[in-house]
Amino acid sequence: MRERWLEPSPDADQKRAARLESWHAAAGVAFATDEAKQAYQERVSLMADAIEMKKVPARVAVCPSAGHFPLDYAGVTWREAMYDYDRLAHAWERYYDDFCPDSYVGPATVVPGRAMETVGFNLYKWAGHGLADHQEYQFVEQEYVKAEEYQDLIDDPTGFFLSTYFPRIFDNLQALEKMPILPPVHEMLMVPPALAPFAGKDVQAALQVLARAGEESVRWLQALGAVGARILGRGFPAGGGGVSKAPFDVIGDSLRGTRGVLLDMRRHPDELLEACDRIVPFMVKYGASSCRATGHLVVFMPLHKGADGFMSDQQFRTFYWPSLRKVIIGLIDEGLVPQLFAEGGYNQRLEVISDLPKGATVWWFDRTDMARAKQTVGRVACLTGNVPLDVLCAGTIDDVKQHCKRLIDTAGRDGGFILATGAAMQGSKPANVKAMIDFSREYGVYR
Amino acid sequence: MPDRLITAISEMNEDAAIAITRDLLAHGEDPLAIVASCSAAMEIVGKRFEAGEYFLPELMLAGEIVKGISDLARPALHGAGTAARKGAVVLGTVKGDIHNIGKDIVSFLLDVNGFAVYDVGVDADPAVFVKAIQDHKPAVVGLSGLLTVAYDSMKSTVQAIEAAGLRDQVKIMIGGAQVSETIRQYAGADAFGEDAMAGVRLAKQWIG
Repeated sequence: MRERWLEPSPDADQKRAARLESWHAAAGVAFATDEAKQAYQERVSLMADAIEMKKVPARVAVCPSAGHFPLDYAGVTWREAMYDYDRLAHAWERYYDDFCPDSYVGPATVVPGRAMETVGFNLYKWAGHGLADHQEYQFVEQEYVKAEEYQDLIDDPTGFFLSTYFPRIFDNLQALEKMPILPPVHEMLMVPPALAPFAGKDVQAALQVLARAGEESVRWLQALGAVGARILGRGFPAGGGGVSKAPFDVIGDSLRGTRGVLLDMRRHPDELLEACDRIVPFMVKYGASSCRATGHLVVFMPLHKGADGFMSDQQFRTFYWPSLRKVIIGLIDEGLVPQLFAEGGYNQRLEVISDLPKGATVWWFDRTDMARAKQTVGRVACLTGNVPLDVLCAGTIDDVKQHCKRLIDTAGRDGGFILATGAAMQGSKPANVKAMIDFSREYGVYR
Repeated sequence: MPDRLITAISEMNEDAAIAITRDLLAHGEDPLAIVASCSAAMEIVGKRFEAGEYFLPELMLAGEIVKGISDLARPALHGAGTAARKGAVVLGTVKGDIHNIGKDIVSFLLDVNGFAVYDVGVDADPAVFVKAIQDHKPAVVGLSGLLTVAYDSMKSTVQAIEAAGLRDQVKIMIGGAQVSETIRQYAGADAFGEDAMAGVRLAKQWIG
């Protein structure tokens, strides 16, 4: 089979330039005032200049990861936010009004509780569904897929997810295990057997469940669209729009689990590698389609199990990086900008991940040494992140300012930098958040 | 102590390690010597981890191998050796946080490194930790948490241990993605661990 996504296609830069231009043009945004439009476009330029690395921006853009800080700040519980979209919208608007960060990131991570309940999603617990009202949703890690099932996954990823994996993670979609295998359904005599399962009451009930959950998801999406339109209209451009993942994490997070995938590296290395490769095109297509839906070019990619400590440098180069790099190149080919959120430490990975085309990605670090990052991957990619959560939660305003100053002086030198928190900033003291944003906006002006 | 068993474990040869154990047991080898080989192998694995040669996959696999060997040797032990634990550790994920994986890995590594581990589970109330300390008299308590909400829960757990008059009897370590020296001070713990082996290292240091 032809190897794809090893090097970016020749027209990738052109496609990205066009998307950056359309981000700046802001067609379809209903601005509240002319000043709002101007502020919006200035903010897009700050981010675009940092991403492209062709010129030094006017100042450092300040784009912390809000996480669910807006809920804490507005006194809205998780239960309220996941079940009452007006309350959710209220919290988000209040955060933007009071803190004025440079980019808008919508509450898409505050998922609709009713839709999750309807399908009986059991990979997570959430407020009112296994957790108290004020608690954020949390992942329930288990070995949902056995090592013996790698071959089934490799043979037919879509079929495996649809009729093996989904019945395990959606309590109310058990009947999906009766779904037919699809590629044989192309000859007349193969059609009736493929239709027969849909006569079953259980399959019909599952389809009804999907219809109801779908309607609820659309209500939620409309609420998100409305709050987004209002905040964008006040001059805050969206910081991103798409999402994708590293193939290794797809397997490791929710299929095999941490323990399972780490043991597979030793016990089933060939199957693991082949499965990662099979997942690559799905992650490219998902990143591209999620960007199509929002009209944005930045693809958020949370990275988990490639962090320092999980595996050796050699193991990272073998198991984690090759398939991730293909996803990155595949997205770059579409003119998109992967924003790689490396939670934890990435100090051992900085050289390997520098093997990327310049000005086409953003690396968002949590607890990585930013001075070293600047000298390595910072030569080819915009850097962001690293304002530490422990300081934001338990430190003083002075601690926060010192960290931001040091970051701007090192990682921010000569542009190619966006100031942000190391991870989602829930639990932070509001005064510290305010200090981070206000101080950095002032100190981060390039002269 | 059978050297070839130590080598098989520390070199990650799972099939060989199991075959050697079967062979040794069939030839009447003292099961305590087999258990001692496992400990010696885990020492080597731990050192290689500290040296940056081994990482989590090797720690986990070594643990799995040792568990498999223990299962084989147990019938021959007739209860001997099971009491030969280094000391007790009470471990759990603090109130408000249900993440189990980091805690489970530390718990597993402490276990295969010879500690008696009392795991109080996830989302554990400070009172649950206090009760476990009263029941099991550990020298070490481990508080785990992935979320920032864990900062306050770690603090209140340490306070509850103090209020119960147990603080002097235990060393408290905290672990999880967002812990640091700042959070160690904030919570009032004795140490924080940056990786799973740090939990084993601290327990060894404190229990000896």
